Parts: sequence; structure tokens; C-alpha cells
Amino acid sequence: MVKKGTFRVKSGLAEMLKGGVIMDVTTAQQAKIAETAGAVAVMALERVPADIRAQGGVARMADPTKVKEIRHTVSIPVMAKARIGHFVEAQILQALEVDYIDESEVLTPADPLYHIDKWAFTVPFVCGARNLGEACRRIAEGAAMIRTKGEPGTGNVVEAVKHMRLMNEQIREVLAAPEEELMKTAKEMGAPYEILLLIREEGRLPVVNFAAGGIATPADAAMMMQLGCDGIFVGSGVFKSADPEERARAIVEATTHYNDPKVLAEVSAGLGEAMSGIAIEEIPPHEMMQVR
Amino acid sequence: MRLGILGLQGAVREHLQSLARVGIEGSVVKRTSELAGLAGIILPGGESTAISLLAAGSLREELRRLIREGFPFFGTCAGMILLANEVEGQEETNIGGIDITVARNASGRQVDSFETVLAAKGIGDDVPAVFIRAPYITRLGNGVTALAEHEGAVVMARQGNVLVASFHPELTSDTRIHRYFVEMVKEYETKEVAL
Repeated sequence: MVKKGTFRVKSGLAEMLKGGVIMDVTTAQQAKIAETAGAVAVMALERVPADIRAQGGVARMADPTKVKEIRHTVSIPVMAKARIGHFVEAQILQALEVDYIDESEVLTPADPLYHIDKWAFTVPFVCGARNLGEACRRIAEGAAMIRTKGEPGTGNVVEAVKHMRLMNEQIREVLAAPEEELMKTAKEMGAPYEILLLIREEGRLPVVNFAAGGIATPADAAMMMQLGCDGIFVGSGVFKSADPEERARAIVEATTHYNDPKVLAEVSAGLGEAMSGIAIEEIPPHEMMQVR
Repeated sequence: MRLGILGLQGAVREHLQSLARVGIEGSVVKRTSELAGLAGIILPGGESTAISLLAAGSLREELRRLIREGFPFFGTCAGMILLANEVEGQEETNIGGIDITVARNASGRQVDSFETVLAAKGIGDDVPAVFIRAPYITRLGNGVTALAEHEGAVVMARQGNVLVASFHPELTSDTRIHRYFVEMVKEYETKEVAL
């Protein structure tokens, strides 16, 4: 008796990626660079978030040809982004046998109200969250992995830090609350009650939680790890920098040795310019991706 | 007794939990110095390419030395790939120590990942096994014993003090495989003292 697509199998792959770095790539060549640098997975997409931000227009799922090329080039897991609510893009990505789908705010949402029903798929999903309520709603919809949203394409870690700290704080609140107050907490957080019960049972989020959205340096990655996330997504931070190979390798080392400032000092040295970055206050409210 | 878990990347926390369930202390190994005082070593699941890159230099040399000396090792999934003497399509050995050849991602992509129940020699005929983009053993050298098979492929094996599995016992609450490894470690310790 063989069971595929169970929640344990879906969340299990995310467990295997812990302590690792997942890198955005737009070509097979970039995917190879990421794999050689020690990435645990690559995220296939048409344009990195910084370019989406700069160029505007509607951002969609990557061309299947590109996804296939990347899949054939590397042996590590290949993830790909679908628009929020675009269940047909997700069906296509599942047919392409990607290993994880990111239902992502980086792309232009396809449905203003609803996310994808992720239970309907064999392939697992990762979703972004700014707070515990959002994370729990995505888990209830079937997400097997969570990441902070941060503010993608900015090279500015402040929003990822904000989201991670808030999530930690809210988990502590759920763990400390007396049983009879939990329903009210659920209501206030907009979190399904059953998922909060799971958090209390396990003492943590029931799925892996990575950091994403603005990580550009080894120090950023290590800081997010010290704040308690399980691993790192780097979007524009690698391939928008002066020396992608070196920077990718340094971020991988920093994620593993996040608690060792000596190693962090070593790997941070001589990487050339990081991506230039944007202050959050300079972004017009309608261009903020995290509110999607 | 304290067992070390190679903690560069992967399912480290799960192995620590499995060890805690059987009442054994575990510690995370990221550096060569953290190998001191261990009774055995577990290489967890994760991404074998990433772990292999991170385990370069003196750490890899020290792990190679220990396994050659007969020190107990247990590798799951990526850990099994690192401990195999041969990996299909790859020229270099990672750490090595068990005379098998493995094929990476032999169970397919993530949509083909699965869970099932296996019969494992010396452990039980109802062992839950979670396979995630799993490697299979395609060649068994002399002195290697197959302990479990799935649809004709060998998925668990032992040679001396080295135990490997394609699947993830650490993702289940069943602790029999971890107990089995702890017994291997105890036997080794007894023998060492006798010498």
C-alpha cells in the first residue's frame, strides 16, 4: 500500500530543506550556479522580484519551456511560482512535475478574494505570511510550508524581520494563553482554531517556516536564522548582485553557520556590491507586494 | 551515551526528537571539534549536494577516518548518499564507508514521493516508511546485508557498523529503527572495551 501526496510527504520535503537556501533563478544557467553554490532548491520564475517591481505589468507563472530546462539541468528540487488564486497555473506546474509550488504575492494576483485550494493537489505548496493568522489560514488551505513575505525585490530585510518577529510573538501568545481564551485569540488573529490547537500540541508552527523578501547579504540570512526561521529564500539578492557565484556560496555558508560570527565575518568579506536596494518608505502603497 | 547528528542542513531536529523518544542524548555536529565524545553519528536527510559541499575539508576527512575505523554510522536518504561508496553519475565518493551503489532521486520527483509500510529484517514487518525523492540501492557489495526492499529495490542495508535507509524513520513516531541503531552502538562500545 503506497500513499502519495499525503500531508506528511508534502511537509516532509520542506523538513529536508531546513537550514538551507532556496534561490530564485530565471535560466538553466543560473540554476546551475545556485546548485553549485549549495542551494537546497531553486525557484523558477520569469523575472526576479526586483525586475518585476521595476518593469511593472502583469507578472505570471514562468514559461513551461523554461521550467523544463531548469528541471533537466539540476538534480536539486525545483520550485515554481503560481499567481495567488490561479489554480490552473498550479495545475500546469503540477503537470510539469515541479517539486513545490509557491503561491506567491510576487506575481500579480489572479483572484482578489480566494487562494488556491491546495488540498486538491499532490504537489506541495509554500505560501507567504506576514503574521500568524495569515500563516494558519494558508496551512488550513493545505500549504505544507510557510515563508515570511517580507517585501520582495527590495534588498531590504526590514519587512522580513518584522514579519518573523510578529509571528514569533503571536506563537508565544498562543502557547501561553489559557485553553478557554484560545477561541477569542483565534478570532482576533483570524486564525483557524484547529491550527492553533496544532501549534499548542507541537509548541511551534506545524510546518516549516522560511524567511523571504529582502534578504541580500550573508548577515541578513544569519539574522533571520537567529530569529528562529528554518531556512532562507533569496530572490533578487543573488543574481542582482555584482558576483552571484560568490554571494550565493556565502549566503549558503552563513545560513549553516548562522550562530558563528567568525565564519560570518569570513564569508561576508570581499563579495563585491550587493543589490542596490530600496527603502520601504519610498514604495507607493499600491506597489507593496506583501499586502496581496 | 551521546550520538551526534551532522547538522549542516536537513532533518536534524527530527533525528534529535527520535533519539529523545528512545532516551538517548543527541548533539548537533557542524564542526570537527563537535565530534569529540560521541558514541555514534547520524547523517540526516536533506539535500545531498548541499550537505556534501558544506561538509568539505577537515570535517569530511574526520568522518572518513571514523567510519574506516569501524565507528557506528547511520545515514537516512541524503545521509545514505553520503555514506555510499558509489553514487550513479558521480565520480567522487562523498564520505563513503558502505560498499553500495545508490541512484539519486530513484523514486522520482516530489509528486511520486510516498509513504508505505515495510518489512525490515530484525526490526519488524510493519515499519512505517516515508520516501521523499528517495535514492535506491542499486548494487550491494560483499558483506552488505539488505534489510528491507520496496517493489524489488533495496531501501535499507547494513555493513558492519554502518546502517543506511532510503527513507525517513525520523519523520514518523516509530522509533524501532533508531533503537536498532542504538543497539549497534552499544555492541560496538562493548567490543571496544573488550579489546
